[in-house]
Amino acid sequence: CGVVLKNQTDSVEDELELSAVRHRPEGLEQLEAQTRFSRKELQILYRGFKNECPSGVVNEETFKDIYAQFFPQGDASTYAHFLFNAFDTDHNGSVSFEDFVMGLSILLRGTVQEKLIWAFNLYDINKDGYITKEEMLDIMKAIYDMMGKCTYPVLKEETPRQHVEVFFQKMDKNKDGVVTIDEFIDCCQNDENIMRSMHLFENVL
Amino acid sequence: MFFRCQFFLRAVTFKGSLCPTFCFAMATGVAAWLPFARAAAIGWMPVANCPMPIAPRDNSRKQDELIILNVSGRRFQTWRTTLDRYPDTLLGSSEKDFFYNEETKEYFFDRDPDAFRSILNFYRTGKLHYPRHECISAYDEELTFFGIIPEIIGDCCYEEYKDRKRENLERLQDDQEENKDLKQPNLNFRETMWRAFENPHTSTLALVFYYVTGFFIAISVITNVVETVPCGTTTNQKDMPCGERYTVAFFCIDTACVMIFTVEYLLRLFAAPSRYRFMRSVMSIIDVVAILPYYIGLVMTNNEDVSGAFVTLRVFRVFRIFKFSRHSQGLRILGYTLKSCASELGFLLFSLTMAIIIFATVMFYAEKGSSSSKFTSIPASFWYTIVTMTTLGYGDMVPKTIAGKIFGSICSLSGVLVIALPVPVIVSNFSRIYHQNQRADKRRAQKKARLARIRIAKSGSANAFLQSKHNGLLNELLELTGSEEDEQKLIKSISLLESQHHHLLHCLEKTTAHEFVDEQVYEQNCLETALQTYPSHSPSIASHDSPAVTCCGASGKKNTPLPNANLPLANPVPSHRGPLQELSALHIQSADPLSHTSSRSNLNLRTDESKRVNCKSGRITTAIISLPTPPALVPDADGLHGPPQRRPPPLLGHTAAPSIQTTTSSAGTNIVKVSAL
Repeated sequence: CGVVLKNQTDSVEDELELSAVRHRPEGLEQLEAQTRFSRKELQILYRGFKNECPSGVVNEETFKDIYAQFFPQGDASTYAHFLFNAFDTDHNGSVSFEDFVMGLSILLRGTVQEKLIWAFNLYDINKDGYITKEEMLDIMKAIYDMMGKCTYPVLKEETPRQHVEVFFQKMDKNKDGVVTIDEFIDCCQNDENIMRSMHLFENVL
Repeated sequence: MFFRCQFFLRAVTFKGSLCPTFCFAMATGVAAWLPFARAAAIGWMPVANCPMPIAPRDNSRKQDELIILNVSGRRFQTWRTTLDRYPDTLLGSSEKDFFYNEETKEYFFDRDPDAFRSILNFYRTGKLHYPRHECISAYDEELTFFGIIPEIIGDCCYEEYKDRKRENLERLQDDQEENKDLKQPNLNFRETMWRAFENPHTSTLALVFYYVTGFFIAISVITNVVETVPCGTTTNQKDMPCGERYTVAFFCIDTACVMIFTVEYLLRLFAAPSRYRFMRSVMSIIDVVAILPYYIGLVMTNNEDVSGAFVTLRVFRVFRIFKFSRHSQGLRILGYTLKSCASELGFLLFSLTMAIIIFATVMFYAEKGSSSSKFTSIPASFWYTIVTMTTLGYGDMVPKTIAGKIFGSICSLSGVLVIALPVPVIVSNFSRIYHQNQRADKRRAQKKARLARIRIAKSGSANAFLQSKHNGLLNELLELTGSEEDEQKLIKSISLLESQHHHLLHCLEKTTAHEFVDEQVYEQNCLETALQTYPSHSPSIASHDSPAVTCCGASGKKNTPLPNANLPLANPVPSHRGPLQELSALHIQSADPLSHTSSRSNLNLRTDESKRVNCKSGRITTAIISLPTPPALVPDADGLHGPPQRRPPPLLGHTAAPSIQTTTSSAGTNIVKVSAL
């Protein structure tokens, strides 16, 4: 027996009630068709999601709080911001259950190509199809921020920048200062480490 | 090498016997988000330069099932994964199997079902609430039974919980103190005396002393009063106050009282646990002020010039009445509230002063014209204003002009307002400030405890990760050396959730090619890098690998140099390895008697030391060894065995540790920290 949830579009009243935003996801069958999760998996995911966010949507603050709990030693807020933008595909400032589950479907059950496209999307902050050095530097700093202060070896100021240089040397084939999606996918497919790590989280859930 | 393994084993089995600590750092919903966080880690993969660690397997892939909890007949049902969120509690661990009922296929608990509701809600929502109708000790018992720590009660209920708990504790303490008073252990004479002074009800002698001093205070006050009453005329002189008529009698009574007071003061001073604090306390100052005029009077009786001052001093004898505050609780409370309402009283006085000055000025100028006016100056008008505003109206000064009368009536009307308005405000301020002070103190104490709680939870989760890294290293170590049963002992069963979380953190480490370390290790590293900037002694310090190479180098070299590196460390002769050896010896010695949190960091310290020895065998050791030697010494360029030639004899043995502290100047504090472990 399945639970059929009614589809409720955000009516005008909902938009006016800023403090009590409610959102119900699409039906279980529709989600099952759109993602690669089974019914049971969707049920488990939704229960966890709804438990933490009873209103049905996650805003950026909550998202940052949740993500920060996994990284107690550092500051995960910048990276969480980028992640939030990657999940919030329609850019409405909140991640609903559909966004959440679509993203997870790509990350956990997608092909390597899809995962790489998702990663490219994450790095491309302004979504213009090119990863510039500045964007990559922002992402890199955000990742290093999550490590916090107490690391070994000690984090230096130029470590993120050096890491970005290494990355660009590897990825930017035509040395034009930006990485396009084709360069990115090509280069990743040729790198054994990256290919292997793409399959790392397949047994999650 | 075996030496070192044994040290590890001893330290770890010691730690393994302790119960696992705060794992509630991961709240409910967050556990549900772990799959998401792990999936999002794919974002790091293209950036990483090192291979990722292998993910932990989820071997128990059973379906999520509903389990039935029968608590004294009332059945609760919940998912198994809901309970698994908190593996440190009874319901989340295998401890609940003890309560499993085979026939009915449910878990039966013979406990209070009402209290169980809030406990089960904790698993569901991640927040523990305190139901206000519950008795605090019954609730505490339930929490203890189900293995839940009360500190995680949510903010909404925490204050109430703490208040009730403290009341209960105070009640218990009062009961205990009464019992304690009945059966006293052998206190020495001094402590008995102090107790007798503070609580007169403890013994009959104390009670007698209490009443005697009270009586003498009353006598003294009455004497002071009666001294001034005219005692009737004698034949040849006019009315004299009794004090001058019966000088000797009054002097005797005064002497007797002062004797008693002096003896009492000296006895209290002797019995006080902290004499300095006693002398600064208000009561002792009152005592001193009460008896001092008498002694000053004794000294000065012969001198006629200062007899005026002597008379003034007698006024201070009235302070003896304040000695009654030891006998009266109410007086003490009044004094305290006055003290705490000082600002309000000050404001009242200030506003009164303003009004007085205004009206006095007005009256002065209004009455200036009239003849034989008593309002000779503004200060002279103050008296009229005060008397009028407080509605006393003595009548010694009255306005005569019409303007003066008009302003006079305005003055008296406004006097009623000015005086009557602030008084209820002050009264309510009294009660408000009194209660507020009490609540503010409570909140401040709770806040400190809460911040400590949060900090412990955060560091607990960070430490858990470092601890599991250390365990991982231990497992490899034992794979090399050995025995099966040792390995079994060490493989601590951490939950799947924790292992997945640690794997996530491990992936982050690999992505950035940096490792999470403990605070102490971090500071030690900072110290080393700071020293490396000094004119370096050994040439190997100069080259500094890029982090990427180190990371992969470390992971590659993890297995091989372990036996080699352990050899010099295990060597008990102190002359070889110098401070590194002594440091590790200090660690190993001090690992045992410490509490679990600090021993954990000890183990981390040792782990990271061994790791460092693995990865950079020559470099780190020379860096450490270069610490105690002042730059004037000529360095020996060799790696491991450089130090023996450099080491002067006084540094041998355990006294080397303090000498390290003394020779280094700027690095002294950090060295103290490390070697004091």
